[in-house]
Amino acid sequence: MKGNYTFEDYQLQGFYDENIDSTNAPRRSAKLLSRMLETLTSEELVAIQNSADKSFFDLGITFTVYADEMGTEKIFPFDIIPRIIEAQEWERLERGLKQRIHALNLFIDDIYNDQKILDDGVVPRELVEGSPGFFKECMGIKPPQRVWCHITGTDLVRDSDGTFYVLEDNLRCPSGASYVLANRQILKRIFPQVFARSKVRNIEDYPSLLLEMLYEVAPERPGRPSVVLLTPGCFNSAYYEHVFLAQQMGIPLVEGTDLVVDEGYVYMRTTKGLERVDVIYRRINEDFLDPLVFNKDSLIGIPGVMDAYRKGNVTLVNAPGTGVADDKAIYAYVPRIIRYYLDEEPIIPNVPTYLCSEHKDLEYVLDNIGELVVKEVDGAGGYGMLIGPHSSKEMQDAFAQKIRENPRSFVAQPIVSLSRCPVIVEDGFEGRHVDFRPYILHGKEIKIMPGGLTRVALKKGSIVVNSSQGGGSKDTWVLGR
Amino acid sequence: MLSSNADSIFWMSRYLERSGNIARYLDVNWHMTLEASDEYDTQWEPLITTTGDIDDFASRYDEASRESAIYFLTSDEDNPNSIISCTKMLRLNAMRVRHIIPTEMWENINIFYHFIKNNVKRPKRIMNNPYDFCLEVKRYNTLIGGIAFDIMDHDEKWNFFNMGRFIERSESTTRILDVKYHVLLPSPGHVGTVLDHVQWNALLKAVDGLESFRQRYGNTSPGKVASFLLLDRLFPSSVLFCLNQAHEHLHAISNTQTWEFSNIAEKQLGQLCNSLSYCTVDDVVEQGLHEFIDDIQIRIGKLQHAITDTFFTGKPRIEKQQFWR
Repeated sequence: MKGNYTFEDYQLQGFYDENIDSTNAPRRSAKLLSRMLETLTSEELVAIQNSADKSFFDLGITFTVYADEMGTEKIFPFDIIPRIIEAQEWERLERGLKQRIHALNLFIDDIYNDQKILDDGVVPRELVEGSPGFFKECMGIKPPQRVWCHITGTDLVRDSDGTFYVLEDNLRCPSGASYVLANRQILKRIFPQVFARSKVRNIEDYPSLLLEMLYEVAPERPGRPSVVLLTPGCFNSAYYEHVFLAQQMGIPLVEGTDLVVDEGYVYMRTTKGLERVDVIYRRINEDFLDPLVFNKDSLIGIPGVMDAYRKGNVTLVNAPGTGVADDKAIYAYVPRIIRYYLDEEPIIPNVPTYLCSEHKDLEYVLDNIGELVVKEVDGAGGYGMLIGPHSSKEMQDAFAQKIRENPRSFVAQPIVSLSRCPVIVEDGFEGRHVDFRPYILHGKEIKIMPGGLTRVALKKGSIVVNSSQGGGSKDTWVLGR
Repeated sequence: MLSSNADSIFWMSRYLERSGNIARYLDVNWHMTLEASDEYDTQWEPLITTTGDIDDFASRYDEASRESAIYFLTSDEDNPNSIISCTKMLRLNAMRVRHIIPTEMWENINIFYHFIKNNVKRPKRIMNNPYDFCLEVKRYNTLIGGIAFDIMDHDEKWNFFNMGRFIERSESTTRILDVKYHVLLPSPGHVGTVLDHVQWNALLKAVDGLESFRQRYGNTSPGKVASFLLLDRLFPSSVLFCLNQAHEHLHAISNTQTWEFSNIAEKQLGQLCNSLSYCTVDDVVEQGLHEFIDDIQIRIGKLQHAITDTFFTGKPRIEKQQFWR
């Protein structure tokens, strides 16, 4: 019998902690929760953690490790201590995110139509047109409601002084929303007592907000629009999410082979013949969407779908071409983009970013590579990056060489010392680094789910939160007033 | 519904049913051999013949012993009709339609699959006593079937689900009858011996039909068993019962009456049900039981093609009128 775990000797180690303040006392928002956790014996806590793991496993919220023949299934690690965001703080974040997405959407629409911002020299033309996310095939397209980035998952991080920064905008095919809902559902199932009197805001209606948004951007025609979710198939690592969202919205989950284009219209193959499709919420990368236009070898795409899209007969969500705005080099210009279109100061700041394409920045990066995080502009998933202080001299030299060969492909940022949140470890509570991804929906209006995905680097000392590299997640509570 | 989803539901259901049938045969066979003299220990080979995989088995195993047969039928992943292979396919198909089946159904299919997967890692335990293992397989079958009935909408997907189950079951009943008949009546001299009775009972148990048979037919005789398994209208594993059910579900999909037809699958299944409906066991004997069963199996095979062609390929449907005369 080990007795109860307490926060008395919880180690902050100089980091900002989401739930515990600098005097080692729970923050006001986390008081109820922390007291509650301290009343449980360690056995009880471990039992709750185990039953969470079992729930995820039984529900098949897993990914497959293909190292062995049978395919071992693993759950995405989940820590049962929620991360808490206060009402006031959330409201500011919400305003900041709406502002940012509004501006980014205007930017994308401008880039593919009038290009005023380029003519005005606010963002360099070669940077935009040389971006791997820029598709000239999208020039001149005017999607319904002029919305391009319908669903965005913006990654936020908090520095040691408590300031939130935008780390990156995921404007193409952001994933993770289903985990937010599953985390909440399972926490409620196994740990209901923790919710008592906490005034946690409900996130359950995200699927209906999503569906509403999909209806809003459908091409005009009488009757209820026919909306489908397009998945690469059940071996995709995000398949659980595709299934979950399709099920919650009550829409068909289709693969490329279920759809066919005829005379500029998209149809799905049903047991009763062909049925027209109005909106495709696509969860396959744009380069695989249409073998006639993009990647010719794509087997998961639908030949002719871009033609149907161009003609306005089907809406693609998110629109192809949005990647131009989440390019890590364009990212550096987002504050200027916000000022240009909205004439406002950005509410949530960017992390300062050095563009290796600019001579002055390049020199600075090469001189200070040991202190910076260097990222490939179109890298994702925590790959293709160098974390200066955690790397060897050889790795730094090799990276410097790559940067010199192709400076446009790299940006660098100072290390943000990510905030932490308590997790349960073998003999008590310990802090682990976290980030935060809220989900922003852009239909007729911009709406945000009051919550989001808190990813946590479960390895001690690690700052990489990606699930492919030892990251887990937590339930995220946005408190009501 | 999407053609591909209908396809997955249909096969999900067939694999579920198949796993249950194998467990049932295995269980009964095992119990029978417990009290057996050497004579009975030869009874493992016919069991494998029943599942239709004897050639595959013979090419990879020396002889049909209790161990090899149980391993082959439960744990051998290279046997497409082993319980582990069936549950794998069950889960894979369920995964593809996870968004339209009840979460509870998916969850239990998933738990079922993991149960099997963990158990076949220790095949020795199953070989020594397959009873508990088979019991669990049968329970999951009943559970998942029950969820379908109680929780799923009785809509198109439910009709495909049931059609899959009943077609699978009808095929399986024809096979077990065919094989056992051969074994049980190698020559007319065997009729009426003690051995006979034990085996006839085992055959009925293997389709969960002994109790119902006793209540309505009395004591066993070859003719009565054949009639019960092929032509009975009330017993849920009889071939006619299964095909009649499949027929109803098939017409519920197209929303037509069972006396008309709007596609080739309806035409074939209607003809098959009719020929069995107006048949007596004497007709069966006259044609020869094996020949009779062979004919039904061929027609079920054709029906499967017709269903695939009509619903799963996503071709535009042929209008009803084209089928009228």
